[in-house]
Amino acid sequence: MNKSCLLCGVGGQGVVLASKLIAYAAMEQGKFVRTTETIGMAQRGGSVVSHVRMGTEVHSPLIPVKSADMLLAFEPAEAVRCLPYLKEGGTVIVSSKAVKPVTATLSGSTYEGTEMLEYLKKNVEKLAILDGKEICSQAGSAKVLNVALLGAAAASGVLDISVEEMEKAMAGNVKEKFLVMNRKALELGKTAFERA
Amino acid sequence: MSMERKLVMGNEAIALGAVRAGVRMVAGYPGTPSTEILETVAKHNDGSIHVEWSTNEKAAMEVGAGAAYAGARTLVTMKQVGLNVASDPLMSLAYVGVKGGLVIVSADDPGPISSQTEQDTRHFAQFSKLPVFDPSSPDEAYLMIADAFEYSEKYQTPVLFRPTTRVCHACVSIDLLPKLDVPEPEGFIKDTMRWVIFPRLSYQNHIKIEARNVELSEVFSSYDKNLLRKGSGRKGVVSGGVSFAYTSEVIPGDVPFLKISTPHPFPERLAKEFLENLDEVLVLEELDPVIEKELLQIAGKYHLNVNICGKLTYDTKNAGENSVESIRGDLAQFFGFEEAGTKDPGSVQDEIPQLPVRPPVLCAGCPHRASFYAVKKAMRGKKAVFSGDIGCYTLGNAKPLDMVDTCLCMGADVTIAQGLHIIERDTVNFAFIGDSTFFASGITGVVNAVYNQTDIVLIVLDNSTTAMTGHQPHPGTGVTMMGDVAAKISIENILRGIGLTWIETVDPLNLELAVNTVKRAAGEKGVRAVIFRSPCIAVAKPGKLYKVKQDFCTKCKVCISQLGCPAIAVNDGAVVVEPSLCYGCGLCSQVCPSGAIGEVESDE
Repeated sequence: MNKSCLLCGVGGQGVVLASKLIAYAAMEQGKFVRTTETIGMAQRGGSVVSHVRMGTEVHSPLIPVKSADMLLAFEPAEAVRCLPYLKEGGTVIVSSKAVKPVTATLSGSTYEGTEMLEYLKKNVEKLAILDGKEICSQAGSAKVLNVALLGAAAASGVLDISVEEMEKAMAGNVKEKFLVMNRKALELGKTAFERA
Repeated sequence: MSMERKLVMGNEAIALGAVRAGVRMVAGYPGTPSTEILETVAKHNDGSIHVEWSTNEKAAMEVGAGAAYAGARTLVTMKQVGLNVASDPLMSLAYVGVKGGLVIVSADDPGPISSQTEQDTRHFAQFSKLPVFDPSSPDEAYLMIADAFEYSEKYQTPVLFRPTTRVCHACVSIDLLPKLDVPEPEGFIKDTMRWVIFPRLSYQNHIKIEARNVELSEVFSSYDKNLLRKGSGRKGVVSGGVSFAYTSEVIPGDVPFLKISTPHPFPERLAKEFLENLDEVLVLEELDPVIEKELLQIAGKYHLNVNICGKLTYDTKNAGENSVESIRGDLAQFFGFEEAGTKDPGSVQDEIPQLPVRPPVLCAGCPHRASFYAVKKAMRGKKAVFSGDIGCYTLGNAKPLDMVDTCLCMGADVTIAQGLHIIERDTVNFAFIGDSTFFASGITGVVNAVYNQTDIVLIVLDNSTTAMTGHQPHPGTGVTMMGDVAAKISIENILRGIGLTWIETVDPLNLELAVNTVKRAAGEKGVRAVIFRSPCIAVAKPGKLYKVKQDFCTKCKVCISQLGCPAIAVNDGAVVVEPSLCYGCGLCSQVCPSGAIGEVESDE
């Protein structure tokens, strides 16, 4: 059975690494995997989208519109931007913490993310909003948001990857000294999903 | 033998495929989307492969040609616009030929996503009369690169290999195969009738090349990566490259389907066999209608009664990249079936709220911001034009800096500034060039200015790396891809050697000194050079971070409106420096009129 997950966020949030960990977990199950990123010219602070496709009948590295089983969003506006990729009845897991673009500061416009979350609530049936800020402060670092989201993604069961399998993929690819913190983040993500 | 399964990026697949095929020399110049190919070979080098970032693509092509003359399997890598730079040796090399397999990777960038043009390397193949391989996926590229080496060696000709961004940057799980058995290079055997290009030799070789390409067209008609699926019905589809992958997602299983992996020499017999049974054919390809025109020629040549639809008939779009969606639409229109998902009466979505835009900006702490700001401040109210170039510093065009008035191609800042100045002598013409770009193609332009006595101010933005493509070393860094430490080539010494007498090197993060230096340079005549030297934040450790002392901040927001630094934001009405983004460049503290921005004390 083919499964696909679209991950989206902002440069520097660890979107690409998260997509790799999903791919590794699927490969460990013996699945064929294609992934790709659309980063464009942005260095830091630009939109980053990662496509992960798992299964046999997969040709295109990019997930076709309306076919992602899951949208794993690191940022509310990025979730809205990528919503067209979600298939009917698909699942959205989103971190509530907004990342303001530098242009918003320049133009004086206010972007806080709340209207994005409202839009998602109105338009997505299977939606889990995670308090990314709270999870990161509990885990002790802003850099583990990606792993926390993976914990939530695994807990949802949508991708046929268990929390244990995700933990294994994570443990094999994260530096030893950050392992304890990342394990905690994974667990916090899982719990947050179950509560959401 | 157990195989190793790995998740590899297309560029890694090309590199690992070349290593598997016994490559002994790899030369290239960084350029998105091709850069990771050479880096991956360097990472997997057992010491038997010479890997180098050459100063530019022309140098890479010629170094590669020499290695192939000596019988070594050689890979040369670049992005498509790099092939323009390397086209001089390429065209002649096509006539001379090689001994060891020479594969030239030129990565195309439909979109374009990070390039100046949407040019099509397949045209270069036709123009230079060279074979070209067009992989549709990373997994196919892994195998195809070995084929390319084999054909190159068998026919003693350079071969082009043309992946596109979505192949280069996609990842796939593949099983790595054992290394192929490739003999040691024979060495260079002197033969002036072979290696010295002369008009007579070119004439003779031209005849041979034309005959060889007829033969290759036949051979490629049986090549296992050119695929013909017979199907049923009188309407067929032809595709190649990543468009083949997109098409495979949505094409019905019984539609006649032809995949072209060697757009030149075109597999004529195979294509003719395909066209003979059809009334109408839709061609799905990116960039130019290369396959489409070949099919039209075959249809004309053999008087086949078949319509060829594509870009030339306005059935498919003629710019930008394809996608599963665009191809689904093309197929729906061609076959007359209703496009799934176009009618969606039940679920009328709410109007999408306005999304924040996240355009590419210079990083927080980037020394280029300081350099541009210093020049801007120094030239305020004066008539000046700022010519830019290719690199991170092209982003100096964005507001609020707005300091790039022209950008054309590698090295053109230096020379365009001269042309502008010759026509408008009362203008101070600035040329901004990065360190890697200076070595790649800036030097000849400076020689031109000195020789022709044209007044310009050359600003070298030396951040000690090739930043935009991911921090590759270059002649000024003293590091090679073989891991050796070489003598750093001094930009100052080069400029002095050319004959410049006004050269100053300044740290742009010292704003006052930087502004004064630019003011003095602007007041002089001749070719003046200011070298702004400060390392890219990606290769330097962050300094002490800065913060806004709220008691002193008057909320004038000069720091925001002048610099556009991503680390400075307004939170609940207060101007703040975001500590996770700040790199401690200190520029904001030098701009603040109230002295409200200072270093974070270590006990804070």
